[in-house]
Amino acid sequence: MDFNVIREYLPIYWEAFFLTIKIGWIGILISFGIGIPASFSMFFKIPVISQIVKAYVELFRNTPLLVQLFFIYFGLPKLGITISAQTCGALGLGLLGGAYMAEAFRSGLEAVPKTQSEAAFALNMSKGQLFRLIILPQALSSSVPAVVANVIFLLKETSVFSAISLMDLMFTAKDLIGLYYNTTECLTMLVLFYVIMLLPVSVLGNIVEKKARFSMFGE
Amino acid sequence: MSEVLKIDSLVKRYDDLSVLEKIDLTVKKGEVIVIVGPSGCGKSTLLRCINGLESIQDGKVVVDDEVVNPVQKKASKSREKIGMVFQSYDLFPHKNLLQNITLAPIKVQKRKKEEVKEEAIELLKRVGLENRTDSYPRQLSGGQKQRAAIVRALIMHPEILLLDEITAALDPEMVREVLDVVLNLAKEGHTMVIVTHEMAFAKAVADRVIFMDGGKIVEEGSPEEFFENPRTERLKRFLETFTY
Ligand SMILES: Nc1ncnc2c1ncn2[C@@H]1O[C@H](COP(=O)(O)OP(=O)(O)OP(=O)(O)O)[C@@H](O)[C@H]1O
Ligand SMILES: [Mg+2]
Repeated sequence: MDFNVIREYLPIYWEAFFLTIKIGWIGILISFGIGIPASFSMFFKIPVISQIVKAYVELFRNTPLLVQLFFIYFGLPKLGITISAQTCGALGLGLLGGAYMAEAFRSGLEAVPKTQSEAAFALNMSKGQLFRLIILPQALSSSVPAVVANVIFLLKETSVFSAISLMDLMFTAKDLIGLYYNTTECLTMLVLFYVIMLLPVSVLGNIVEKKARFSMFGE
Repeated sequence: MSEVLKIDSLVKRYDDLSVLEKIDLTVKKGEVIVIVGPSGCGKSTLLRCINGLESIQDGKVVVDDEVVNPVQKKASKSREKIGMVFQSYDLFPHKNLLQNITLAPIKVQKRKKEEVKEEAIELLKRVGLENRTDSYPRQLSGGQKQRAAIVRALIMHPEILLLDEITAALDPEMVREVLDVVLNLAKEGHTMVIVTHEMAFAKAVADRVIFMDGGKIVEEGSPEEFFENPRTERLKRFLETFTY
């Protein structure tokens, strides 16, 4: 392993790293923006909308992100809409994540026992109060493990961005290897940067999970 | 004495299964009614119909001169006059004890926070939980949870309190502490309809005992005549299952 090579490549990797987490986290934000309302529509079984949401969830959970990105990146221009690779990456990740987040929040909502609603009803709470004060807080804490898993999964999925020429970590590593053949150094740095990206999320996720579990069910 | 609850030929069916067949029942202010009967005879369903948790197919339920559970429309605001305590406590796990109790009076009845909190502490004192206000339900024993659930219902100032087998999920050593609370409520003049399998408790607390079987009221009477001189063969056989 040549440390001079590593030192030389470091700035390039940092740049790719920040791009990757930027697009990754924007995508994750979009996935919350889609997933939460989508889960509500399924939970309340809102006619038409919930069916559309279900179809969306199935479609995006059962196709690879790469295919989705190709559709957005090469398909939209055919309809006269051009978007940058970055927008495409964030949007694709957001749509994929939205489907997973919708499922995570839906199962959290449905995990709240029916007896909780009955207790609230017996106290004459309105439907809105029941949802806001009783169901939602419990659903959020029980969906934490699934949400954390989704966040980590989505951050890892960013590695397919290279296919639409986004200069993310994967693209950078492949590019450098193709140019200078420093395979060992490039791959080691790639692994390390993914660890730097994911480890904090993983550790933080564990803490949040423990907190959420404690607030619901005790140790 | 005025009538608090009046049930008029109530009929409840689940699809083809008839669960309650023309139930008539009147409860006067301050009266304590205990309902006993074999498993599956419709005791819980009756209580659930009274507070509008279940729709009914015929008849009506009137509380304090207001129809709570009509055949057609959904349950109404007057449901606040009915308090209910469930077998499984059903406290809100994400709220501490004080929040569990003050949530509905503040949010539903829009009462002042300070006043509600004061009353909550007063009530908690009476059930021996005043120093557990910050505990979460998971940190409490079954008996403590059930006493808290009773307070949660009481603070709404219901005209009538429905208790559905509130000691059935408790360890034997905790049954007493909960039943003592209910006995005190009876002495204070609270109107209650109680479903229980604790016959000694029924005898002690009831003004009137009702025996249900197969979705009907089969026999009713004062605790003395009910337990000492059951008239129907069915009640005799039912009571025998409690003696070894
Ligand atoms: N949601 C439901 N759908 C269909 N049938 C039901 C439903 N809930 C209750 N039943 C039926 O109604 C009947 C009465 O049930 P209920 O729970 O009122 O009995 P219970 O007297 O309270 O019995 P237990 O002493 O075991 O609590 C039973 O035959 C039960 O199977
Ligand atoms: Mg029952």
